[in-house]
Amino acid sequence: MPLSTRSQDGDEGCVLAAALDNVRNLSNILKAISFKDHAVFTATRDGLKVTVEDSKCLQANAFIQTDVFQEFALREESVGFQVNLTVLLDCLAIFGCSSAPGVSTALRMCYNGYGYPLTLYLEEGGVVTVCKINTQEPEEPIDFDFCSTNVTNKVILQSESLKEAFSELDMTSEVLQITMSPSQPFFRLSTFGNSGNAHYDYPKDSDMMELFQCTKTQTNRYKMSLLKSSTKALALSCKASVRTDSRGFLSLQYLVRSDDGQICFVEYYCCPDEEVDEE
Amino acid sequence: MDCVATGGNVKVLAKAVHSLSRIGEDLYLEPLDDGLTLRTVNSSRSAFACFLLSPLFFQKFHVSHGRGFRCKMPIKSVQAVFRSLSSLERTVEKCHIELNSEKSRLTFTLHCKHGLLKTHNLSFQDCESLQAVFDKERCANVLQAQPRLLVDTVLHFPPSLEEVKASVTADRLLLKNHVENDADQAKAMRTELCLSSEEFLHFSVSAPTSITFCLKELRVSDGVLVFAESTDLPVSMHFDEPGSPVVLSVTDSVLEANFVLATLSEDSHCNHDNGHKKRPRTPPPADDFMCDDMDSYLIAMETSEMAGPSSRTEPRSSSEREQEEEQRPHSKKFCSFFFGSVLPTSSQTANQTLQNQDVLASDSEDEQ
Repeated sequence: MPLSTRSQDGDEGCVLAAALDNVRNLSNILKAISFKDHAVFTATRDGLKVTVEDSKCLQANAFIQTDVFQEFALREESVGFQVNLTVLLDCLAIFGCSSAPGVSTALRMCYNGYGYPLTLYLEEGGVVTVCKINTQEPEEPIDFDFCSTNVTNKVILQSESLKEAFSELDMTSEVLQITMSPSQPFFRLSTFGNSGNAHYDYPKDSDMMELFQCTKTQTNRYKMSLLKSSTKALALSCKASVRTDSRGFLSLQYLVRSDDGQICFVEYYCCPDEEVDEE
Repeated sequence: MDCVATGGNVKVLAKAVHSLSRIGEDLYLEPLDDGLTLRTVNSSRSAFACFLLSPLFFQKFHVSHGRGFRCKMPIKSVQAVFRSLSSLERTVEKCHIELNSEKSRLTFTLHCKHGLLKTHNLSFQDCESLQAVFDKERCANVLQAQPRLLVDTVLHFPPSLEEVKASVTADRLLLKNHVENDADQAKAMRTELCLSSEEFLHFSVSAPTSITFCLKELRVSDGVLVFAESTDLPVSMHFDEPGSPVVLSVTDSVLEANFVLATLSEDSHCNHDNGHKKRPRTPPPADDFMCDDMDSYLIAMETSEMAGPSSRTEPRSSSEREQEEEQRPHSKKFCSFFFGSVLPTSSQTANQTLQNQDVLASDSEDEQ
């Protein structure tokens, strides 16, 4: 680990200190959920959770587990703060976004507690940049009350097949309709755009389907504009879990495996758009 | 209509749609007994393209509708069905096209790997048939080459260049950029390229001539060149004197593609004009191609309720033409066209010239 990212002077006051040899994976994950400026960071013993919300209807949570960090020191049970995510991403990319092999930016992140800025020490090739980002009063994230006991339908797919569908979705459609059913059409994504409608059907015995647990036919519509923001995380992921609960709330979970084999999760909750009469 | 394309032919179909999308906004689809036609025309009516996919192209081809069914839809929506050409080859096993005229739905069903089924129900509009008037068989000059030759040739011309002049003699093809007037000539960069007849697979020039056409349109027809290259088919170029269209075509046993580009008619060649343009017209100022010369590019397109024997279009009176020209929303610099549509009987093939009845004032888009 580069010397410069080791303990710095003034570390004593940190309630949170975390270090990464390579900032790229963190950058990528945060970029995927940066559909709104403000992000709430919550650090617990398990790791770091970054929450971004849109229109009180969509919530994205990125989980970066403690193992991912080379150092993760927490003095309190849990530490929360809010920062401007766009500014944070700009700081992380301060040495450029080069993905050339052998070139990596190391990060050490310190937070001294309520009212203090978030301090980033970034180092690349012996050059250190210190960034201080003012923190904001953390807003209470919405509790979607999505409880695994209320899940009616669940599928786990290899992301590859879902990526293709999402990249081809008709964006002139206001909604994405998701049908999950124990019988035909099993798992269907539908759009209703200017030029007509389109359906993507995944049979339950497809090679792409790792798990198929549907108990009841459910058809729900979700705002395309909201779900569109989840496609960036989908693009990074290798597996995707799609769940709906009895109220029609949607949970999308993406498993992101970084180059060095470490695993992070990005999770989205989305409210259904409206009641749909089943055809 | 109910047809199924499989394997590599799905990609060919997708490529056909993509190359058409480089020309026009709408796709005109017409199932005939001798195949499925896909056609389009550009907004300034100076380029027209048509694919005829024969019944043998499809694993299953069935036309159940009464004769003369045809429709059009935004080409973008069809392109959306075949969005990614590269993944198409990997993933799509079968493409089923079904027309439901009761629901006014054209359904494309792609059967993909891993059992994934993609269904696109597209809405369409009824329309008249779209057909450019051209007759390849009557063209005095026919060149045939591997598409790569033409692709490489076009590459040499700067992207900003608008027109290119092609001159043929008995043993060579000379391409140069078209320079508009003397003042420009001193500054303008000139590009000239000479291809000897040996470079061509077939080189038959019975009437040495010079034609000028929009390079942009030739680039657009890269579609046909790329298409030809990927299917490893030679491209034929049929043309006559200035003013009559140049036709680039690709043919094999199961498909035929024709790209028709208008050419500039030059005053010096007025006396060569064929039956299309017998009517008198006022010559534009000499060498001033900036003027809005309506006659300079011409693709005749016509409407006919009745099918007649193959014959040349009757010339219209100049007042009719002027009327039509006034109705044109915008007149692009020296591009001009006859335009109409054809209602051929199903026995007629795409390329036959038809006897016109009433030439509509504008194209079929207004007819619904």
